[in-house]
Amino acid sequence: MTLKDVQDILEAEVLVGSDQLQKPVKTAFAADLMSDVLAFAKPDSLLLTGLTNPQVVRTADILDITAIIMVRGKKPSEETVKLAEELKIPILSTRYILFETSGRLHAKGITGCIEKVGGEI
Amino acid sequence: MRESQKFEKSFDVQGGSFQNAGNVSGQIKSILKEMGVSTDIVRRVAIICYESEINIVSYAKKGTITLIVTDEAVKIETKDEGPGIPDIELAMKEGYSTATAAVREMGFGAGMGLANMKKYSDHLIITSEVGIGTCVTMVVMDFPKILHPDLPPVTL
Repeated sequence: MTLKDVQDILEAEVLVGSDQLQKPVKTAFAADLMSDVLAFAKPDSLLLTGLTNPQVVRTADILDITAIIMVRGKKPSEETVKLAEELKIPILSTRYILFETSGRLHAKGITGCIEKVGGEI
Repeated sequence: MRESQKFEKSFDVQGGSFQNAGNVSGQIKSILKEMGVSTDIVRRVAIICYESEINIVSYAKKGTITLIVTDEAVKIETKDEGPGIPDIELAMKEGYSTATAAVREMGFGAGMGLANMKKYSDHLIITSEVGIGTCVTMVVMDFPKILHPDLPPVTL
């Protein structure tokens, strides 16, 4: 699946990175707590979140996240967009709630970047 | 035995500067990438730097983060002028936090920072004096040589 497919499934608006929609995507992680993202998310995954501040982009950059999906119709702040453009991290915004966003992607084959916690790094 | 290759650089972090939190970690990540350090090690160091930076921004007046790279390891030393940690053992517990609303709004402050720093480093030492500040030293090791990317990567 590509980021373009993700956009279609989620009827999402691309706010940053419209030139990167051919990127492949297989896994995802969803959280509003960035420390949990840092603890458990894996590189080359999607990050689904309801947070919109620049720290979401920083966190994504640190972990080599493929793209950020902002759920519940959330839109990034101006600073967030600026940083995402600078660091070349795509941001998509969907009106689906986090549960629906996760469910719809999972139904189409996107899996969790880890299934459950415990022992892994 | 030849001398260990060494690189050292310090970065200032301003307390309360929430918008800029992560700048230093981003710079450190780029430096390590350019040096050819393996991706896994770069990511681990970036995470511990970022959590450290968030801590300094969240709690201290100001601080420094120092990156030291040798043949065998990457070391991160942080030093801040802040309130200090009265009970380090308690602070290390997942879920324990004294964070303000501003910190929580950023997606942090859930008592995971120090736990993450421990999780992703091979050694972590904290010393703190109440009313003076906190120092944290973290080491991320790689074997046999992190600066020889042609060798197969080692999963720790």
